[in-house]
Amino acid sequence: MSHDAHPQSFISKYVFSTDHKTIAKQYMITGLFMALFGGAAASAIRTQLAAVEPGGTGGFLDPQFYNSVVTMHGTVMVFWVAMPVLVAGFGNLLIPLMVGAEDMAFPKLNMASYWVFLLSTVVLLISPLVPGGGAAGGWTSYPPLAADPALSGVEWGITLWILAVALELVAFLMGGINFITTAINMRAPGMSMWDLPLFVWEEVAASIVFMLSVGPLIAGAVMLLLDHVAGTHFFDPKMGGDPVLFQHLFWFFGHPEVYVILFPAFGIVAEIITCHARKTLFGYKMTVWSVIATSLLSFVVWAHHQFIAGIDPKISIPFSVMTILISVPVAVGMFAFMATLYKGSIRFTSAMLFALGFFACFLLGGVTGIINGTAAADIYIHDSYYVVAHFHYTLYPLVFMAGPAGLYHWFPKMFGRFMNETLGKVHFWGSMVFFNLIFLPQFNLGMMGHNRRLAVPTNYEFLSTPEALLMQDISTWALFGLLAFQLPFVWNFFHSMFRGAVAPANPWNATTLEWQCPSPPPHGNFDTPPVVYRGPYEYSPEGDGPDFIAQNQPPEGQHEVPQNPLVSPHAAK
Amino acid sequence: MLHYLPFQLSSFAGDIDQVIRVIYYIVGTWFVAAEVILFWLIFGSRSKPGVRAAWLPGTGRAKWAVLAPVCAVLACDLIIEKASSPTWEYVKLDIPHPDVEVKIEARQFAWIFTYPGKDGILGTEDDLVAKELHVPVNKKVVFHLEAADVLHNFYVKDLRLKQDAVPGRSIKGWFDTNTEGTYEIACAEICGKGHTLMGSKLVVDSNEAYQSFLAAL
Repeated sequence: MSHDAHPQSFISKYVFSTDHKTIAKQYMITGLFMALFGGAAASAIRTQLAAVEPGGTGGFLDPQFYNSVVTMHGTVMVFWVAMPVLVAGFGNLLIPLMVGAEDMAFPKLNMASYWVFLLSTVVLLISPLVPGGGAAGGWTSYPPLAADPALSGVEWGITLWILAVALELVAFLMGGINFITTAINMRAPGMSMWDLPLFVWEEVAASIVFMLSVGPLIAGAVMLLLDHVAGTHFFDPKMGGDPVLFQHLFWFFGHPEVYVILFPAFGIVAEIITCHARKTLFGYKMTVWSVIATSLLSFVVWAHHQFIAGIDPKISIPFSVMTILISVPVAVGMFAFMATLYKGSIRFTSAMLFALGFFACFLLGGVTGIINGTAAADIYIHDSYYVVAHFHYTLYPLVFMAGPAGLYHWFPKMFGRFMNETLGKVHFWGSMVFFNLIFLPQFNLGMMGHNRRLAVPTNYEFLSTPEALLMQDISTWALFGLLAFQLPFVWNFFHSMFRGAVAPANPWNATTLEWQCPSPPPHGNFDTPPVVYRGPYEYSPEGDGPDFIAQNQPPEGQHEVPQNPLVSPHAAK
Repeated sequence: MLHYLPFQLSSFAGDIDQVIRVIYYIVGTWFVAAEVILFWLIFGSRSKPGVRAAWLPGTGRAKWAVLAPVCAVLACDLIIEKASSPTWEYVKLDIPHPDVEVKIEARQFAWIFTYPGKDGILGTEDDLVAKELHVPVNKKVVFHLEAADVLHNFYVKDLRLKQDAVPGRSIKGWFDTNTEGTYEIACAEICGKGHTLMGSKLVVDSNEAYQSFLAAL
């Protein structure tokens, strides 16, 4: 069944490839490249904020350019780093392997997804270079500012920005359809939905949430584009439009989008902690249900971004309640992961360190969200540095802790070689220290009342106090520390691709199917199509046998293939 | 973190700080407890030679090891909402009878404050226009917030008040003050190139000083 006998040209193998593993690498490397761009934007922002002096002097960025850099940083990190690395990169790499399939359900659609994504990347990178500069209304691009060049001073930059985002959304829709279809239709014989590794569940949930929420945003983007180029007035109150409508359309997508990023990251750490603690996942079905509950709740919380945006204040309390109730299903997942560690046998590999560091940091991101989710507290906290610190404490661990955890863990599968563990640990400890040093001071800035998106905060006396300036300086120096500690990772990643120690097929003694094929898997993945006999996390089963049993290992004495692929043999016991 | 909260100028500043304080201590307790347990689990579960990990699938009654603390999370959520919603209602819903009414207009990149003239009615010909917001101390001020061009946000940290200004809408809100002095007004919603410069002053006057301010307009 293997396809590796087919001769493939360099172009069809590495460029216009329909192989899910190549597409995964394309997504990941594009995402990592864009992370450099997002990191450069972060450096510009932080350097400006450390350079300004009391009285509104100092600083080196024009305020319009600063606004544009802030917009690019947010847009790039969410849509061009988090999405391609976590959702598309790991999703493409792992879903077909974990379900025991040869490839995605629609390989050509999958290839189209990447090339549309790459086109969107090019459009986005061009957008700041056109006359009038890049989009400068924040990553949310609220109208009327974003709809009218006379008000924003931005001409073609915003048009290209909207096009880039819309293309990116199209790319992920195509990818998502593939993920859902592959996980539901292409599972190996014997593999029921309850035998899927949690990562596959999380990717399917993310794809469904994305598909159901993205429509309103695409509608909003088209309306904004028409306002901008065709003279319509969807968001222009002078002509009967309403600017708040865009906010609803944006956040109806924008908040579920947080969970689209969160789910794959949770999936990655679930795979890693079970494998490196040699423990079965505590409460597997309960955790799956918590993902489904989070998905449903994520659709009814969006207006917490708009408590003080001019919506009817009576609607704020219900949205506030729904918002903080989302802590319940998320807590189920977090506590189940923590319980999984109990009485484990933890190997502190780089992957495991990043997964554990993810928990330690994401906890703070989670609990701090309760304050801004509470309507009364949000009156003061809204649009402050407290919010900035909060969402960086959620998104940074999701993208830059769970993400690297996954890269260290699955690198041997992707390239057949290990990444260097010593460099991995340097990367982990440096990132851990400096990430916290960047964002802990920003909670204090928020409490002082520091509002967001100010190019020169020192125009205000209350933002020119020695404490405020000190917090900004700590944050800025820590960013450069953080960036410095990414260098060992970049070197490690590319060097290990060619020179790393050669890895066997299953170097971590893992149970799931992606480890039961060669490293790297050939085109077509499995030498013989796998048959699944058990759940995904049979680590340290009772008895004196080996400390893991792969999903495709038949029970002793059984050799026949189960007849009904929807019923797993162990579930019938 | 909480000691950085600024001066409490309005009657609801203390309420909002109290909401923040209550949540801070509730979630802070959860955070510290979770981190301690996490580190205990990590340290206690490190691999030791000859010791095999346990088989704990967390099914049946065992799942209450997770669900019991989750129920406590749910209880905390409900306590937080119950404790905080009266403050939201006080600030945003129960707008009192005004002692002073003022129209606040935000535009790129300035604040314009309009007071009713002798007729006591806003929106008539004798309205008075100012570039700084003066209010008499200890009086309830009701504002009508409008925006001329794009979104802005009327923000005074000492009042603990933020409210978006939306073109096409007049948004009613209120505040009061307890101490004379000059406080900073800032724009807290990105509004373009001059967003970072869009400040003004809130001057809390004695009654006499307020009357002479109006007379001078």
